[in-house]
Amino acid sequence: MSSTSFDAKAAKSRCQRYRRRILDISQRVSALHIGGAYSCTEIVDGIYNGLMREPGLSSPDTFLMSKGHGCMIQYVVLEDLGVLTRADLDAYCTPHGRLGVHPDYGNPGIEASTGSLGHGLSMVVGMALAERGKRRDGMIYTVLSDGETQEGSTWEAVLMASSLKLTNIVAFIDNNDFQSLGRTSETHPSLYPLGAKFEAFGWETAEIDGHDPAAIFRAVSSRKGDRPLMVVARTTKGKGVSYMENAPIWHYRSPNKDEYAQAIRELETQA
Amino acid sequence: MRNTFSETLYAEATANPDVYIVVADISPAGSMAKFSSEYPERFINVGVAEQSMIGIAAGLALKGCQPFAYTIATFSLYRPFEMIRDDLCYQNLPVTVVGMGAGVIYSTLGGTHHTQEDIAIASALPNMQVLAPCDPLECIEATRWCARQKNGPVYLRIGKAGEPVLTAQAEPWQFGKLRYLRRGSDVCILTYGVITAMATDIADKLAAQGRSVSLVSAHTLKPLDRDGISEALRQHPHVVVIEEHAPQGGLASQVKQIAWDVRTTCRLDTFTLQDAFIHNYGSTNDLLAAHGLSPERILAAIG
Repeated sequence: MSSTSFDAKAAKSRCQRYRRRILDISQRVSALHIGGAYSCTEIVDGIYNGLMREPGLSSPDTFLMSKGHGCMIQYVVLEDLGVLTRADLDAYCTPHGRLGVHPDYGNPGIEASTGSLGHGLSMVVGMALAERGKRRDGMIYTVLSDGETQEGSTWEAVLMASSLKLTNIVAFIDNNDFQSLGRTSETHPSLYPLGAKFEAFGWETAEIDGHDPAAIFRAVSSRKGDRPLMVVARTTKGKGVSYMENAPIWHYRSPNKDEYAQAIRELETQA
Repeated sequence: MRNTFSETLYAEATANPDVYIVVADISPAGSMAKFSSEYPERFINVGVAEQSMIGIAAGLALKGCQPFAYTIATFSLYRPFEMIRDDLCYQNLPVTVVGMGAGVIYSTLGGTHHTQEDIAIASALPNMQVLAPCDPLECIEATRWCARQKNGPVYLRIGKAGEPVLTAQAEPWQFGKLRYLRRGSDVCILTYGVITAMATDIADKLAAQGRSVSLVSAHTLKPLDRDGISEALRQHPHVVVIEEHAPQGGLASQVKQIAWDVRTTCRLDTFTLQDAFIHNYGSTNDLLAAHGLSPERILAAIG
């Protein structure tokens, strides 16, 4: 990890700024998965700006966005780190740009192509194995969606990560409790308690408020480290903008001008 | 072929610490025991979990490794298809997906263990390269090439056990090029994979009838040697394709396509599996014969 402490106040300020940037980009496109990006804003910020060593292209650590539809927050953080350019983000989803709605391997800072759910964690296991095989100490960080835990392939990877004792994996579940057709806790109540399932599969687990930067950092810094770590982060879809919070329509759509103005006012109030 | 695959891979892994094998509860015999005991960190058994087999191989490749994913062909290609498409092909990673026992080699295990469409399916994927060696020696060449290439993903279709050596006197193996096992002027038999043994028998019988026969291993199905096939169509009055694969999307349909493109005037006969599942049991040859693939039927049709 980059340090033994984490400035939670600075993290909150960054996250407010990141949400604002995403809002601005939203005015140029019809859709960008804003709800799912806002629910994992603090998690992705915490990984890059708190947990990864030398975040950027030369980091020995890796971040793989398994919930690819949330990658707008990753783009914004990578822009902040100087890995992606402002022009890159301004050209989002345009014919002359290189960034799309899901992350594409080959773009700066993007470690894997995702977007189809249930792929990320197996690739994380492979990356962690490679780090171990090459005698390197790279940590592999990832963020999964809660809906993604319905994929059987996710559980194949969960089983392998602990069976192979891959202590260099730190995963977060963005547990915003929403997927396309409803609340996860209502459509799949047996998915819960989530943490206990990972515990049963041999993972170290923690359950936190996924919008609390200090809790995110603490969950990882205080880990025992003898097993892969799964942090179940309770989050709110659309966090930060009242009308987006827990409203499934904001999974995908962009705000209109009035909605944009209201969202900006709300974010500025939080600042 | 399994044994020569594993012996070759063991040698490659000994020379290159980035060579890994990820298996799904099916392991090649022979030297693989040596591989797993000497390089346990590079022999990964995911169990009956083929999707993660591919994903883990992708993750290894994303970190600079040269992984092979290995199990029975139907499970290595069909079950984790989307992982192969997205993780390997879309990201263009140098991972070799080994389809062992492809075609109808598992002749008594039923249709769930048959791979009749793998060449078409694998070839349809952008970036995918497709290899199907015809004998143990060609399997060595193909495996070695897979272990050293960085172009992108490969689907390596191999047999199982007991395949005869057919290429001891053949010209050198070259990726992407037709390989003449013998050269003649009357009939050219294009084939690949395990059924090349049957094609060799047919070539021998035609030769015994006084025909001058070319026998060609089209071991690289993608990229297919279009120039080589065009030349074979030009240089022989009669071209025959024999393949252990469905009629769509394999060698036969592609040769027909090329024949049209080059306005060939030669006679062209194709012999493939039918577009149908096989519900009967017996030896591999029994199953092939059920779909019309036997030396007698083919010779009778060739005339």
